[in-house]
Amino acid sequence: MAAFLEVSNLVKSFGTNTVVKGVNFAFEKGEFISLLGPSGCGKTTILRMIAGFERPTSGSIRVDGEDLTHLKPNQRKLGMVFQAYALFPNLTVGDNIAFGLKIAGMPAEQRRARVEEMLKLIGLPGFEKRFPYEMSGGQQQRVALARAIAPKPRLLLLDEPLSALDAKIRVSLREEIRAIQQDLGITTVFVTHDQEEAMSISDRIVVMNAGNLDQMGSPHEIYNRPSTRFVATFVGQLNTLPEATFGPSRAIRPELISLAPRPETDTTLTGTISDVGFLGSVVRLRVDVAGTPINIDTFNINTATPPQRGDTVTLHLAAKDVLTLGA
Amino acid sequence: MKSQKFWAWLVFILGGAYFIVPLAATFEFSLRMRRGEYSFDAYASVFADPYFASSFTYSVIVGLFTIVVGILVVVPAVYFVRLRMPWLRPFMEFVTLLPLVIPALVLVYGYIRLYGSSSLIPFTGSVLGTDILLTCAYVTLALPYMYRAVDNGMRTIDIGTLTEAAQIAGANQLQIIGQIILPNILIAILSGAFLTFAIVIGEFTIASLLNRPAFGPYLVGIGTNRAYEPAALAIISFIITWGAMGMINVLGRFAPRTSARTD
Repeated sequence: MAAFLEVSNLVKSFGTNTVVKGVNFAFEKGEFISLLGPSGCGKTTILRMIAGFERPTSGSIRVDGEDLTHLKPNQRKLGMVFQAYALFPNLTVGDNIAFGLKIAGMPAEQRRARVEEMLKLIGLPGFEKRFPYEMSGGQQQRVALARAIAPKPRLLLLDEPLSALDAKIRVSLREEIRAIQQDLGITTVFVTHDQEEAMSISDRIVVMNAGNLDQMGSPHEIYNRPSTRFVATFVGQLNTLPEATFGPSRAIRPELISLAPRPETDTTLTGTISDVGFLGSVVRLRVDVAGTPINIDTFNINTATPPQRGDTVTLHLAAKDVLTLGA
Repeated sequence: MKSQKFWAWLVFILGGAYFIVPLAATFEFSLRMRRGEYSFDAYASVFADPYFASSFTYSVIVGLFTIVVGILVVVPAVYFVRLRMPWLRPFMEFVTLLPLVIPALVLVYGYIRLYGSSSLIPFTGSVLGTDILLTCAYVTLALPYMYRAVDNGMRTIDIGTLTEAAQIAGANQLQIIGQIILPNILIAILSGAFLTFAIVIGEFTIASLLNRPAFGPYLVGIGTNRAYEPAALAIISFIITWGAMGMINVLGRFAPRTSARTD
Protein backbone atom coordinates (compact mmCIF):
# COMPACT_ATOMS: atom_id res chain seq x y z
CA MET A 1 0.00 0.00 0.00
CA ALA A 2 1.33 3.42 -0.99
CA ALA A 3 1.97 5.95 1.75
CA PHE A 4 -0.73 8.56 2.37
CA LEU A 5 1.55 11.31 3.62
CA GLU A 6 4.99 11.28 2.09
CA VAL A 7 7.73 13.81 2.81
CA SER A 8 10.88 13.40 0.71
CA ASN A 9 14.27 15.08 1.20
CA LEU A 10 12.62 18.11 2.71
CA VAL A 11 15.04 21.00 3.23
CA LYS A 12 14.29 24.51 4.48
CA SER A 13 16.82 27.30 4.82
CA PHE A 14 16.25 30.83 6.03
CA GLY A 15 19.21 32.68 4.55
CA THR A 16 22.31 30.76 5.60
CA ASN A 17 20.48 29.04 8.45
CA THR A 18 19.23 25.56 7.50
CA VAL A 19 16.48 24.56 9.93
CA VAL A 20 15.28 21.38 8.21
CA LYS A 21 18.09 19.26 6.81
CA GLY A 22 16.71 16.67 4.45
CA VAL A 23 13.86 14.94 6.25
CA ASN A 24 12.08 11.84 4.91
CA PHE A 25 9.04 10.09 6.28
CA ALA A 26 5.96 8.29 5.03
CA PHE A 27 2.79 7.41 6.89
CA GLU A 28 -0.35 5.41 6.28
CA LYS A 29 -3.86 6.80 6.11
CA GLY A 30 -5.46 7.23 9.54
CA GLU A 31 -2.26 7.38 11.54
CA PHE A 32 -1.69 9.86 14.35
CA ILE A 33 1.85 11.15 13.92
CA SER A 34 3.71 13.37 16.35
CA LEU A 35 6.64 15.57 15.41
CA LEU A 36 8.52 15.75 18.68
CA GLY A 37 11.57 17.78 19.58
CA PRO A 38 12.90 20.75 21.51
CA SER A 39 12.19 24.27 20.28
CA GLY A 40 14.20 25.15 17.21
CA CYS A 41 14.47 21.53 16.00
CA GLY A 42 12.49 22.26 12.83
CA LYS A 43 9.25 20.44 13.71
CA THR A 44 7.02 23.50 13.35
CA THR A 45 8.74 24.44 10.08
CA ILE A 46 7.94 20.99 8.68
CA LEU A 47 4.28 21.39 9.69
CA ARG A 48 4.16 24.85 8.13
CA MET A 49 5.63 23.46 4.91
CA ILE A 50 2.97 20.74 4.85
CA ALA A 51 0.34 23.47 5.37
CA GLY A 52 1.90 25.61 2.64
CA PHE A 53 2.81 28.62 4.79
CA GLU A 54 6.50 28.05 4.12
CA ARG A 55 7.99 27.10 0.77
CA PRO A 56 10.51 24.23 0.99
CA THR A 57 14.01 25.07 -0.22
CA SER A 58 14.03 21.60 -1.79
CA GLY A 59 12.21 18.30 -1.46
CA SER A 60 8.58 17.37 -1.87
CA ILE A 61 5.39 16.75 0.07
CA ARG A 62 2.75 14.33 -1.24
CA VAL A 63 -0.65 13.62 0.21
CA ASP A 64 -2.75 10.77 -1.15
CA GLY A 65 -0.51 10.60 -4.21
CA GLU A 66 -0.87 14.30 -5.05
CA ASP A 67 2.18 16.54 -5.01
CA LEU A 68 1.33 19.51 -2.76
CA THR A 69 4.77 21.11 -2.77
CA HIS A 70 3.82 24.02 -5.00
CA LEU A 71 0.16 24.47 -4.12
CA LYS A 72 -1.08 27.47 -2.15
CA PRO A 73 -2.38 26.76 1.37
CA ASN A 74 -5.99 27.40 0.28
CA GLN A 75 -5.72 24.75 -2.47
CA ARG A 76 -4.45 21.92 -0.25
CA LYS A 77 -7.69 20.81 1.47
CA LEU A 78 -6.08 20.48 4.87
CA GLY A 79 -7.30 21.39 8.34
CA MET A 80 -5.17 23.09 10.95
CA VAL A 81 -5.40 24.00 14.63
CA PHE A 82 -3.10 26.73 15.94
CA GLN A 83 -1.50 27.24 19.32
CA ALA A 84 -3.28 30.58 19.82
CA TYR A 85 -6.75 29.21 18.80
CA ALA A 86 -7.00 31.79 15.97
CA LEU A 87 -10.80 31.78 15.94
CA PHE A 88 -12.25 34.64 13.90
CA PRO A 89 -13.28 37.15 16.61
CA ASN A 90 -16.02 38.74 14.48
CA LEU A 91 -17.82 35.44 13.84
CA THR A 92 -19.95 33.30 16.15
CA VAL A 93 -18.89 29.78 17.01
CA GLY A 94 -21.31 28.44 14.40
CA ASP A 95 -19.96 30.76 11.69
CA ASN A 96 -16.39 29.94 12.64
CA ILE A 97 -17.04 26.23 12.17
CA ALA A 98 -18.97 26.88 8.96
CA PHE A 99 -16.29 29.19 7.51
CA GLY A 100 -14.51 26.57 5.41
CA LEU A 101 -17.82 25.02 4.33
CA LYS A 102 -19.11 28.40 3.17
CA ILE A 103 -15.91 29.10 1.22
CA ALA A 104 -16.31 25.68 -0.41
CA GLY A 105 -19.85 26.67 -1.42
CA MET A 106 -21.89 24.26 0.70
CA PRO A 107 -25.58 25.24 0.86
CA ALA A 108 -26.78 26.90 4.10
CA GLU A 109 -29.01 23.99 5.12
CA GLN A 110 -26.21 21.43 4.95
CA ARG A 111 -23.84 23.84 6.67
CA ARG A 112 -26.16 24.16 9.64
CA ALA A 113 -26.46 20.40 9.95
CA ARG A 114 -22.70 19.94 9.75
CA VAL A 115 -22.09 22.65 12.39
CA GLU A 116 -24.56 20.95 14.70
CA GLU A 117 -22.87 17.60 14.16
CA MET A 118 -19.44 19.13 14.86
CA LEU A 119 -20.61 20.87 18.06
CA LYS A 120 -22.00 17.55 19.29
CA LEU A 121 -18.67 15.87 18.47
CA ILE A 122 -16.65 18.36 20.54
CA GLY A 123 -19.15 18.30 23.42
CA LEU A 124 -20.40 21.88 23.00
CA PRO A 125 -23.92 21.46 21.60
CA GLY A 126 -25.98 24.66 21.57
CA PHE A 127 -22.94 26.97 21.44
CA GLU A 128 -23.58 28.17 17.83
CA LYS A 129 -24.53 31.71 18.81
CA ARG A 130 -21.68 32.33 21.24
CA PHE A 131 -18.71 34.51 20.34
CA PRO A 132 -15.16 33.27 20.91
CA TYR A 133 -14.46 35.88 23.60
CA GLU A 134 -17.29 34.43 25.69
CA MET A 135 -15.57 31.07 25.98
CA SER A 136 -12.66 29.60 27.92
CA GLY A 137 -9.40 28.67 26.24
CA GLY A 138 -10.21 24.96 26.27
CA GLN A 139 -13.61 25.59 24.68
CA GLN A 140 -12.10 27.88 22.05
CA GLN A 141 -9.53 25.28 21.12
CA ARG A 142 -12.28 22.66 20.73
CA VAL A 143 -14.12 25.03 18.42
CA ALA A 144 -10.88 25.51 16.48
CA LEU A 145 -10.66 21.71 16.16
CA ALA A 146 -14.25 21.56 14.91
CA ARG A 147 -13.52 24.32 12.39
CA ALA A 148 -10.50 22.38 11.15
CA ILE A 149 -12.30 19.06 10.66
CA ALA A 150 -15.70 20.34 9.48
CA PRO A 151 -14.73 20.46 5.76
CA LYS A 152 -13.42 16.84 6.02
CA PRO A 153 -9.78 17.68 5.28
CA ARG A 154 -7.39 15.07 3.94
CA LEU A 155 -4.96 15.81 6.73
CA LEU A 156 -5.34 17.43 10.14
CA LEU A 157 -2.39 19.54 11.29
CA LEU A 158 -2.06 20.41 14.98
CA ASP A 159 0.51 23.05 15.87
CA GLU A 160 1.09 22.68 19.63
CA PRO A 161 -2.65 23.06 20.20
CA LEU A 162 -2.44 22.34 23.92
CA SER A 163 0.44 24.61 24.92
CA ALA A 164 -1.71 27.60 25.86
CA LEU A 165 -3.97 25.56 28.16
CA ASP A 166 -3.54 24.67 31.80
CA ALA A 167 -2.40 21.20 32.88
CA LYS A 168 -5.74 19.55 33.63
CA ILE A 169 -7.47 20.72 30.45
CA ARG A 170 -4.37 19.83 28.47
CA VAL A 171 -4.71 16.18 29.47
CA SER A 172 -8.48 15.95 28.97
CA LEU A 173 -8.37 17.74 25.60
CA ARG A 174 -5.56 15.57 24.28
CA GLU A 175 -7.59 12.47 25.12
CA GLU A 176 -10.56 14.04 23.38
CA ILE A 177 -8.50 14.89 20.29
CA ARG A 178 -7.24 11.31 20.13
CA ALA A 179 -10.76 9.90 20.51
CA ILE A 180 -12.15 12.14 17.75
CA GLN A 181 -9.19 11.34 15.50
CA GLN A 182 -9.72 7.60 15.91
CA ASP A 183 -13.44 8.01 15.47
CA LEU A 184 -13.07 9.83 12.15
CA GLY A 185 -9.94 7.96 11.07
CA ILE A 186 -8.36 11.23 10.00
CA THR A 187 -4.62 11.27 9.34
CA THR A 188 -3.15 13.72 11.83
CA VAL A 189 0.20 15.43 12.25
CA PHE A 190 0.74 16.78 15.75
CA VAL A 191 3.64 19.06 16.66
CA THR A 192 4.75 19.13 20.28
CA HIS A 193 7.80 19.63 22.47
CA ASP A 194 6.18 17.62 25.26
CA GLN A 195 7.34 14.01 25.11
CA GLU A 196 4.65 12.79 27.48
CA GLU A 197 2.00 14.32 25.23
CA ALA A 198 3.51 12.71 22.16
CA MET A 199 3.84 9.29 23.81
CA SER A 200 0.29 9.26 25.12
CA ILE A 201 -1.61 9.92 21.89
CA SER A 202 0.55 8.95 18.91
CA ASP A 203 0.60 5.92 16.68
CA ARG A 204 4.03 6.95 15.59
CA ILE A 205 6.50 9.58 16.70
CA VAL A 206 9.11 11.41 14.65
CA VAL A 207 11.83 12.68 16.97
CA MET A 208 13.55 15.74 15.55
CA ASN A 209 16.87 17.15 16.64
CA ALA A 210 18.54 20.24 15.16
CA GLY A 211 16.82 19.90 11.79
CA ASN A 212 17.38 16.17 11.44
CA LEU A 213 15.05 13.24 11.91
CA ASP A 214 16.69 11.25 14.72
CA GLN A 215 14.23 8.39 15.07
CA MET A 216 10.81 7.38 13.84
CA GLY A 217 8.68 4.70 15.43
CA SER A 218 5.89 3.79 17.82
CA PRO A 219 6.03 5.30 21.32
CA HIS A 220 7.02 1.85 22.60
CA GLU A 221 9.97 1.61 20.22
CA ILE A 222 11.10 5.18 20.81
CA TYR A 223 11.08 4.75 24.56
CA ASN A 224 12.52 1.27 24.82
CA ARG A 225 14.91 1.25 21.89
CA PRO A 226 16.12 4.81 21.38
CA SER A 227 18.49 4.88 18.43
CA THR A 228 20.50 7.94 19.40
CA ARG A 229 21.78 9.50 22.59
CA PHE A 230 19.53 12.49 21.92
CA VAL A 231 16.37 10.40 21.67
CA ALA A 232 17.29 8.41 24.78
CA THR A 233 17.77 11.54 26.87
CA PHE A 234 14.95 13.64 25.38
CA VAL A 235 12.26 10.98 25.72
CA GLY A 236 11.69 9.91 29.30
CA GLN A 237 14.10 9.78 32.23
CA LEU A 238 17.45 8.07 31.98
CA ASN A 239 20.28 7.17 34.37
CA THR A 240 23.84 7.15 33.15
CA LEU A 241 25.51 4.15 34.80
CA PRO A 242 28.97 4.33 36.42
CA GLU A 243 31.60 3.93 33.74
CA ALA A 244 33.93 1.87 35.98
CA THR A 245 31.46 -1.01 36.27
CA PHE A 246 29.54 -0.87 32.98
CA GLY A 247 31.84 0.80 30.47
CA PRO A 248 31.22 4.11 28.66
CA SER A 249 27.80 5.44 27.55
CA ARG A 250 25.62 2.91 29.35
CA ALA A 251 22.25 3.99 30.69
CA ILE A 252 19.01 2.58 32.10
CA ARG A 253 15.44 3.79 32.66
CA PRO A 254 14.51 4.50 36.33
CA GLU A 255 11.65 1.98 36.40
CA LEU A 256 13.95 -0.91 35.38
CA ILE A 257 15.87 -0.75 38.64
CA SER A 258 14.37 -2.26 41.78
CA LEU A 259 15.28 -2.51 45.44
CA ALA A 260 14.42 -6.24 45.54
CA PRO A 261 15.70 -8.94 43.18
CA ARG A 262 13.42 -9.99 40.31
CA PRO A 263 13.66 -13.19 38.25
CA GLU A 264 15.44 -11.40 35.40
CA THR A 265 17.85 -9.27 37.45
CA ASP A 266 21.48 -10.30 37.33
CA THR A 267 23.40 -7.22 38.44
CA THR A 268 23.53 -5.36 41.73
CA LEU A 269 24.81 -1.99 42.88
CA THR A 270 25.04 -0.59 46.39
CA GLY A 271 24.35 3.00 47.30
CA THR A 272 22.87 5.46 49.79
CA ILE A 273 19.51 7.15 49.33
CA SER A 274 20.09 10.88 49.00
CA ASP A 275 16.55 12.00 48.26
CA VAL A 276 13.00 10.63 48.28
CA GLY A 277 10.35 12.18 46.05
CA PHE A 278 6.77 11.11 46.58
CA LEU A 279 4.86 11.61 43.30
CA GLY A 280 1.65 9.80 44.22
CA SER A 281 1.48 6.51 42.37
CA VAL A 282 5.24 6.52 41.98
CA VAL A 283 7.99 7.06 44.54
CA ARG A 284 11.19 8.40 43.02
CA LEU A 285 14.40 7.63 44.89
CA ARG A 286 17.70 9.30 44.22
CA VAL A 287 20.53 6.94 45.16
CA ASP A 288 24.17 7.85 45.35
CA VAL A 289 26.24 4.97 43.94
CA ALA A 290 29.91 5.81 44.58
CA GLY A 291 29.36 9.40 43.44
CA THR A 292 27.02 8.61 40.51
CA PRO A 293 23.42 9.71 41.12
CA ILE A 294 20.86 7.12 40.02
CA ASN A 295 17.10 7.66 39.97
CA ILE A 296 14.78 4.77 40.68
CA ASP A 297 11.01 4.73 40.22
CA THR A 298 9.10 2.34 42.45
CA PHE A 299 5.36 1.97 42.81
CA ASN A 300 3.77 3.40 45.90
CA ILE A 301 2.56 0.66 48.26
CA ASN A 302 0.01 2.07 50.64
CA THR A 303 0.78 -0.30 53.53
CA ALA A 304 4.57 0.01 53.50
CA THR A 305 6.69 2.89 54.75
CA PRO A 306 8.76 4.33 51.90
CA PRO A 307 12.56 4.08 52.18
CA GLN A 308 14.19 6.91 54.10
CA ARG A 309 17.00 9.29 53.26
CA GLY A 310 20.36 7.93 54.34
CA ASP A 311 19.32 4.25 54.05
CA THR A 312 21.86 2.01 52.38
CA VAL A 313 20.19 -0.02 49.63
CA THR A 314 21.04 -2.65 47.06
CA LEU A 315 19.86 -1.95 43.51
CA HIS A 316 18.88 -4.80 41.22
CA LEU A 317 18.87 -4.55 37.45
CA ALA A 318 19.09 -6.76 34.40
CA ALA A 319 22.06 -6.38 32.04
CA LYS A 320 19.71 -6.78 29.05
CA ASP A 321 17.85 -3.60 30.07
CA VAL A 322 21.00 -1.49 29.88
CA LEU A 323 20.99 0.83 26.86
CA THR A 324 24.15 1.62 24.98
CA LEU A 325 24.01 5.22 23.86
CA GLY A 326 25.35 5.88 20.41
CA ALA A 327 26.42 9.16 18.99
CA MET B 1 -3.24 67.14 49.88
CA LYS B 2 -5.75 69.96 49.97
CA SER B 3 -3.46 72.51 48.26
CA GLN B 4 -2.53 69.89 45.63
CA LYS B 5 -6.19 69.55 44.80
CA PHE B 6 -6.54 73.33 44.63
CA TRP B 7 -3.74 73.66 42.05
CA ALA B 8 -5.08 70.77 40.04
CA TRP B 9 -8.49 72.42 39.88
CA LEU B 10 -6.99 75.80 39.02
CA VAL B 11 -5.08 74.36 36.07
CA PHE B 12 -8.15 72.46 34.95
CA ILE B 13 -10.36 75.57 35.13
CA LEU B 14 -7.81 77.74 33.31
CA GLY B 15 -7.44 75.08 30.61
CA GLY B 16 -11.20 74.72 30.31
CA ALA B 17 -11.68 78.48 30.10
CA TYR B 18 -9.09 78.69 27.32
CA PHE B 19 -11.32 76.45 25.19
CA ILE B 20 -14.77 77.44 26.40
CA VAL B 21 -14.62 81.25 26.66
CA PRO B 22 -14.04 81.92 22.93
CA LEU B 23 -16.66 79.35 22.06
CA ALA B 24 -19.19 80.85 24.48
CA ALA B 25 -18.39 84.35 23.22
CA THR B 26 -18.89 83.24 19.61
CA PHE B 27 -22.16 81.58 20.53
CA GLU B 28 -23.32 84.65 22.46
CA PHE B 29 -22.42 86.91 19.52
CA SER B 30 -24.26 84.66 17.07
CA LEU B 31 -27.47 85.23 19.04
CA ARG B 32 -27.31 89.04 18.80
CA MET B 33 -28.54 89.59 15.27
CA ARG B 34 -31.76 91.13 16.52
CA ARG B 35 -31.00 94.38 18.31
CA GLY B 36 -31.51 94.39 22.08
CA GLU B 37 -32.52 90.71 22.52
CA TYR B 38 -31.16 87.20 21.91
CA SER B 39 -32.54 85.31 18.94
CA PHE B 40 -31.64 82.53 16.52
CA ASP B 41 -32.09 84.87 13.53
CA ALA B 42 -28.50 84.36 12.38
CA TYR B 43 -29.07 80.59 12.30
CA ALA B 44 -32.36 81.04 10.46
CA SER B 45 -30.58 83.23 7.94
CA VAL B 46 -27.84 80.62 7.45
CA PHE B 47 -30.30 77.79 6.93
CA ALA B 48 -32.37 79.92 4.57
CA ASP B 49 -29.37 80.50 2.32
CA PRO B 50 -29.63 77.98 -0.57
CA TYR B 51 -25.89 78.11 -1.01
CA PHE B 52 -25.45 76.75 2.53
CA ALA B 53 -27.40 73.62 1.67
CA SER B 54 -25.76 73.09 -1.73
CA SER B 55 -22.18 73.62 -0.49
CA PHE B 56 -22.77 71.45 2.56
CA THR B 57 -24.27 68.66 0.45
CA TYR B 58 -21.38 68.90 -1.99
CA SER B 59 -18.84 68.57 0.84
CA VAL B 60 -20.71 65.63 2.39
CA ILE B 61 -20.69 63.78 -0.95
CA VAL B 62 -16.99 64.49 -1.53
CA GLY B 63 -16.38 63.41 2.08
CA LEU B 64 -18.12 60.05 1.53
CA PHE B 65 -16.14 59.38 -1.65
CA THR B 66 -12.95 60.35 0.17
CA ILE B 67 -13.73 57.83 2.91
CA VAL B 68 -14.43 55.00 0.45
CA VAL B 69 -11.31 55.66 -1.64
CA GLY B 70 -9.26 56.09 1.53
CA ILE B 71 -10.39 52.70 2.88
CA LEU B 72 -9.73 50.98 -0.46
CA VAL B 73 -6.20 52.40 -0.55
CA VAL B 74 -5.21 52.17 3.10
CA VAL B 75 -6.65 48.84 4.33
CA PRO B 76 -4.96 46.55 1.77
CA ALA B 77 -1.73 48.59 2.01
CA VAL B 78 -1.54 48.33 5.80
CA TYR B 79 -2.53 44.65 5.68
CA PHE B 80 0.14 43.61 3.21
CA VAL B 81 2.84 45.72 4.83
CA ARG B 82 2.09 44.24 8.24
CA LEU B 83 1.86 40.70 6.89
CA ARG B 84 4.53 40.49 4.21
CA MET B 85 6.78 43.54 4.35
CA PRO B 86 7.08 44.66 7.98
CA TRP B 87 10.45 46.26 7.11
CA LEU B 88 8.49 48.81 5.07
CA ARG B 89 6.63 50.13 8.12
CA PRO B 90 9.02 52.99 9.03
CA PHE B 91 8.78 54.14 5.41
CA MET B 92 4.96 54.00 5.57
CA GLU B 93 4.99 55.99 8.81
CA PHE B 94 7.11 58.64 7.11
CA VAL B 95 5.08 58.83 3.91
CA THR B 96 1.76 59.06 5.74
CA LEU B 97 3.07 61.94 7.84
CA LEU B 98 4.03 64.00 4.79
CA PRO B 99 0.53 65.54 4.31
CA LEU B 100 0.90 67.08 7.77
CA VAL B 101 4.26 68.58 6.85
CA ILE B 102 3.61 69.75 3.30
CA PRO B 103 1.15 72.69 3.22
CA ALA B 104 -2.09 72.05 1.34
CA LEU B 105 -1.22 75.04 -0.79
CA VAL B 106 1.92 73.34 -2.10
CA LEU B 107 -0.06 70.17 -2.76
CA VAL B 108 -2.74 71.93 -4.75
CA TYR B 109 -0.25 73.96 -6.82
CA GLY B 110 1.51 70.72 -7.61
CA TYR B 111 -1.81 69.25 -8.71
CA ILE B 112 -2.65 72.21 -10.89
CA ARG B 113 0.72 72.06 -12.64
CA LEU B 114 0.61 68.30 -13.05
CA TYR B 115 -3.08 67.87 -13.95
CA GLY B 116 -3.87 71.34 -15.38
CA SER B 117 -5.97 71.65 -18.54
CA SER B 118 -2.85 71.94 -20.73
CA SER B 119 -1.09 68.90 -19.17
CA LEU B 120 -1.02 65.28 -20.38
CA ILE B 121 -3.64 64.26 -17.79
CA PRO B 122 -6.01 67.27 -17.75
CA PHE B 123 -8.08 66.47 -14.65
CA THR B 124 -8.97 70.12 -14.16
CA GLY B 125 -10.31 70.35 -17.73
CA SER B 126 -13.74 69.10 -16.65
CA VAL B 127 -15.98 69.44 -13.59
CA LEU B 128 -15.97 65.69 -12.96
CA GLY B 129 -12.19 65.57 -13.36
CA THR B 130 -11.77 68.38 -10.86
CA ASP B 131 -14.07 66.62 -8.40
CA ILE B 132 -12.00 63.46 -8.77
CA LEU B 133 -8.84 65.48 -8.20
CA LEU B 134 -10.37 67.11 -5.12
CA THR B 135 -11.32 63.71 -3.72
CA CYS B 136 -7.79 62.43 -4.31
CA ALA B 137 -6.36 65.49 -2.57
CA TYR B 138 -8.62 64.86 0.42
CA VAL B 139 -7.59 61.20 0.55
CA THR B 140 -4.02 62.46 0.79
CA LEU B 141 -4.89 65.01 3.47
CA ALA B 142 -6.71 62.38 5.53
CA LEU B 143 -3.96 59.77 5.06
CA PRO B 144 -2.15 60.46 8.37
CA TYR B 145 -5.37 59.84 10.30
CA MET B 146 -6.73 56.97 8.21
CA TYR B 147 -3.39 55.15 8.20
CA ARG B 148 -2.95 55.42 11.96
CA ALA B 149 -6.53 54.39 12.70
CA VAL B 150 -6.29 51.30 10.48
CA ASP B 151 -2.79 50.44 11.68
CA ASN B 152 -3.95 50.59 15.30
CA GLY B 153 -6.94 48.43 14.45
CA MET B 154 -4.73 45.77 12.91
CA ARG B 155 -2.38 45.87 15.87
CA THR B 156 -5.15 44.57 18.12
CA ILE B 157 -5.75 41.39 16.09
CA ASP B 158 -3.25 38.70 15.17
CA ILE B 159 -3.57 39.19 11.42
CA GLY B 160 -0.80 36.66 10.67
CA THR B 161 -2.49 33.70 12.36
CA LEU B 162 -6.01 34.76 11.34
CA THR B 163 -4.83 34.95 7.73
CA GLU B 164 -3.29 31.48 7.95
CA ALA B 165 -6.40 30.06 9.61
CA ALA B 166 -8.55 31.47 6.80
CA GLN B 167 -6.11 30.32 4.09
CA ILE B 168 -6.01 26.73 5.29
CA ALA B 169 -9.83 26.78 5.32
CA GLY B 170 -9.66 27.57 1.61
CA ALA B 171 -10.13 31.36 1.53
CA ASN B 172 -8.34 33.56 -1.02
CA GLN B 173 -6.83 37.01 -0.34
CA LEU B 174 -10.00 38.89 -1.24
CA GLN B 175 -12.15 36.70 1.02
CA ILE B 176 -9.66 37.06 3.86
CA ILE B 177 -9.60 40.86 3.68
CA GLY B 178 -13.34 41.18 3.10
CA GLN B 179 -14.67 38.58 5.53
CA ILE B 180 -12.07 38.44 8.28
CA ILE B 181 -9.79 41.47 8.36
CA LEU B 182 -12.27 44.26 7.52
CA PRO B 183 -15.01 43.26 9.99
CA ASN B 184 -12.44 42.94 12.77
CA ILE B 185 -11.07 46.44 12.28
CA LEU B 186 -14.40 48.06 11.40
CA ILE B 187 -14.45 50.30 14.47
CA ALA B 188 -10.92 51.52 13.75
CA ILE B 189 -11.94 52.21 10.14
CA LEU B 190 -15.01 54.13 11.30
CA SER B 191 -12.96 56.34 13.59
CA GLY B 192 -10.64 57.05 10.64
CA ALA B 193 -13.70 57.75 8.51
CA PHE B 194 -15.14 60.31 10.93
CA LEU B 195 -11.81 62.10 11.22
CA THR B 196 -11.64 62.18 7.42
CA PHE B 197 -15.17 63.57 7.33
CA ALA B 198 -14.34 66.31 9.84
CA ILE B 199 -11.32 67.33 7.75
CA VAL B 200 -13.20 67.40 4.46
CA ILE B 201 -16.13 69.43 5.81
CA GLY B 202 -13.91 72.31 6.96
CA GLU B 203 -11.22 72.27 4.25
CA PHE B 204 -10.76 75.59 2.44
CA THR B 205 -7.45 75.84 0.53
CA ILE B 206 -7.74 73.02 -1.97
CA ALA B 207 -11.45 73.42 -2.67
CA SER B 208 -11.01 77.13 -3.15
CA LEU B 209 -8.01 76.89 -5.49
CA LEU B 210 -9.69 74.16 -7.52
CA ASN B 211 -12.75 76.45 -7.57
CA ARG B 212 -15.23 73.86 -6.29
CA PRO B 213 -18.42 74.91 -4.42
CA ALA B 214 -17.46 73.25 -1.12
CA PHE B 215 -18.48 74.15 2.41
CA GLY B 216 -15.06 75.55 3.40
CA PRO B 217 -14.96 78.30 0.75
CA TYR B 218 -18.61 79.08 1.54
CA LEU B 219 -17.71 79.60 5.22
CA VAL B 220 -14.90 81.94 4.29
CA GLY B 221 -17.07 83.85 1.82
CA ILE B 222 -19.77 84.43 4.42
CA GLY B 223 -17.10 85.46 6.92
CA THR B 224 -15.94 88.32 4.74
CA ASN B 225 -19.40 89.61 3.85
CA ARG B 226 -21.61 89.21 6.92
CA ALA B 227 -21.42 89.97 10.63
CA TYR B 228 -23.51 87.48 12.62
CA GLU B 229 -23.85 84.54 10.25
CA PRO B 230 -20.15 83.52 10.42
CA ALA B 231 -20.46 83.12 14.18
CA ALA B 232 -23.55 80.96 13.70
CA LEU B 233 -21.73 78.92 11.04
CA ALA B 234 -18.72 78.47 13.31
CA ILE B 235 -21.01 77.02 15.97
CA ILE B 236 -22.75 74.78 13.41
CA SER B 237 -19.52 73.37 12.00
CA PHE B 238 -18.20 72.94 15.53
CA ILE B 239 -21.24 70.84 16.38
CA ILE B 240 -20.81 68.77 13.19
CA THR B 241 -17.14 68.10 13.99
CA TRP B 242 -17.86 67.19 17.58
CA GLY B 243 -20.75 65.04 16.45
CA ALA B 244 -18.30 63.11 14.28
CA MET B 245 -15.87 62.76 17.21
CA GLY B 246 -18.70 61.66 19.48
CA MET B 247 -19.66 58.95 16.99
CA ILE B 248 -16.15 57.51 17.23
CA ASN B 249 -16.59 57.16 20.98
CA VAL B 250 -20.06 55.68 20.76
CA LEU B 251 -19.06 53.14 18.10
CA GLY B 252 -15.93 52.24 20.07
CA ARG B 253 -18.16 50.55 22.64
CA PHE B 254 -19.42 48.10 20.04
CA ALA B 255 -15.92 46.98 19.09
CA PRO B 256 -15.70 43.19 18.84
CA ARG B 257 -13.62 41.96 21.73
CA THR B 258 -10.67 39.87 20.76
CA SER B 259 -9.99 37.33 23.40
CA ALA B 260 -6.73 36.49 25.06
CA ARG B 261 -8.54 34.47 27.70
CA THR B 262 -7.16 31.16 28.82
CA ASP B 263 -8.85 28.94 31.33
